[in-house]
Amino acid sequence: MTGPRTATAARPTERAKGHAPRFRRSGATRRRLRTALAAAGFLAPSLLLLLGFWIGPMVGTAWVSLQDWNLIGVPTFVGLDNYTELLGDAEFHAALGHTLAYLAGYLPLVLVCGLAVALLLEAKLPAMTLYRATFFLPVISSWVAVSLLWKGLLNPADGLVNRTLAAFGVPGPGWWTDPDWAMPSVVLASVWKDVGFVAVILLAGLQAIPRDLLEAAALDGAGWWRKLRSITLPMLSPSLFFVTVISLINGFQVFDQVWVMTEGGPGGASSVVVEQIVKYAFSYGRVGYASAMSIVLFAMILLVTLVQLRLQRRWVHYE
Amino acid sequence: MSRKVLRYVALTLGAVAMLGPFAWMLITSLTGDAQLARVDAPLLPDPPTLEPYERLSEAFPFWRFAANSLGVAVVSTLLQLVTSATAAYAFSRLRFRGSGAVFVLYLATMMIPMQVIIVPLFIEMRHLRLVDSYAGLLLPTMVSSFGVFMLRQAFMALPKELDEAAYVDGAGHLRVFAQVLLPLVAPALATFSVFAFMSSWNVFLWPLVIAQTEAHMTLPVGLSLLQGRYSTAWNVVMAGSTMSVLPILALYVFAQRYVVRGITFTGIKS
Repeated sequence: MTGPRTATAARPTERAKGHAPRFRRSGATRRRLRTALAAAGFLAPSLLLLLGFWIGPMVGTAWVSLQDWNLIGVPTFVGLDNYTELLGDAEFHAALGHTLAYLAGYLPLVLVCGLAVALLLEAKLPAMTLYRATFFLPVISSWVAVSLLWKGLLNPADGLVNRTLAAFGVPGPGWWTDPDWAMPSVVLASVWKDVGFVAVILLAGLQAIPRDLLEAAALDGAGWWRKLRSITLPMLSPSLFFVTVISLINGFQVFDQVWVMTEGGPGGASSVVVEQIVKYAFSYGRVGYASAMSIVLFAMILLVTLVQLRLQRRWVHYE
Repeated sequence: MSRKVLRYVALTLGAVAMLGPFAWMLITSLTGDAQLARVDAPLLPDPPTLEPYERLSEAFPFWRFAANSLGVAVVSTLLQLVTSATAAYAFSRLRFRGSGAVFVLYLATMMIPMQVIIVPLFIEMRHLRLVDSYAGLLLPTMVSSFGVFMLRQAFMALPKELDEAAYVDGAGHLRVFAQVLLPLVAPALATFSVFAFMSSWNVFLWPLVIAQTEAHMTLPVGLSLLQGRYSTAWNVVMAGSTMSVLPILALYVFAQRYVVRGITFTGIKS
């Protein structure tokens, strides 16, 4: 709260000087100085907080990643040792693999389902807002609540899903208790939660497509599929690009649902990168090693985002 | 005609897939222990009971968690409004050297995920002796570069003549900011508030790391503990989940427009 007060304190002097007669040039200089002071006052609260609690720690991550440190003693500089250890760490490789497997399942599913829902919602018919609202319910709920909900639904013994499957004579899998099904369970819950988010963003993109374009195509005899492929999807590509990038970035950071549904188990079968970071830093106390993982994660997110930005020239059409 | 029917059928199936799990959550939370244990139990609780909710608040400092979540969400939303709006004003209305570079710095922090900085942030809080405190919970959430960006867009949409007229009348920056421009961007402020409140109410990782005793835990952290302790009492766990979803649901019902707008904001901008 000090920030806005600083701005207030700077005001009276500025205003008092504001109308004093003076030479033109010094007036301009003063005005510039006054604006700079005001800018400093208005920016101070956010800038200090960003530097102290976001940019500083980001630099800190890089620094800590070069230390051997258990938080109790003094940090010892070990150069790139943490990174070379990561190269040979099978557990970390497994976590990376699971994170990529999560993305491989989650991303296509959430995009296709989201697109389908958006296309369905894009009609001037009654009750569309109501339908849209139902798809948005999981989006506004917390990951923890959604994960608990799905953990219960997928409970192998007497969860609703397996009880329903059993009623049709199908034996349900062990879901989060089975190493082969733990990650698919997490993917299922995540897709369910995010479909509405993807759909609402794509819906906004769909609504921006000029009607006459589609009407002209229909007059030329284009069918539903043809219109979708030749007009809707290209026109929608900026929105598709945006949700893909956001979903990728978020997907790399998958944590809450894993922590609640499987804790990375059973037997590490669904361990992911952020879960490893948390475990190493806060259970094993190896903060240097955990920070090296953070840097690797950040580098991967940056890399994938940059690759996406490059690739976008190939498939994203801006008007 | 049949096409319209198909669309409604598909949408209804989707809506059932979305609402069904919530319905199950609510139903389970109203089911007594005895019925829960039966394998052939009927789907609907018979009779419905509030017993799981009673157990939730008796065996667990549930209300403490809820109060912590609410307090943190309200305070962090208010502070984010102040810090974002002031910065947005500077970026949209004040011409100063280096403003472009500073703005890029703000945008760049949007790329920093909490997951990546969590370890040094925790170490920093240890140095500040703020581990397991409200200040520790709040400090990193008092600023939002997304909020700065969003409100800057809103300010830029307002004509410059407005503030110029006010300057001519002798108003200073603070008055132009607070009395002339802020009221005009009220919808953007509302959108951002709803967004910030929801994010804070739902956030898990940072509170999980920084809150170490029940006194400072928020609802999501408490719920994840609850599940560890009552791993088989799904009715109690679902009572807790229901209680955590209800406030957000209420917010959504009353401010649906702002919720949707807040979440799609960047989507439309791109």
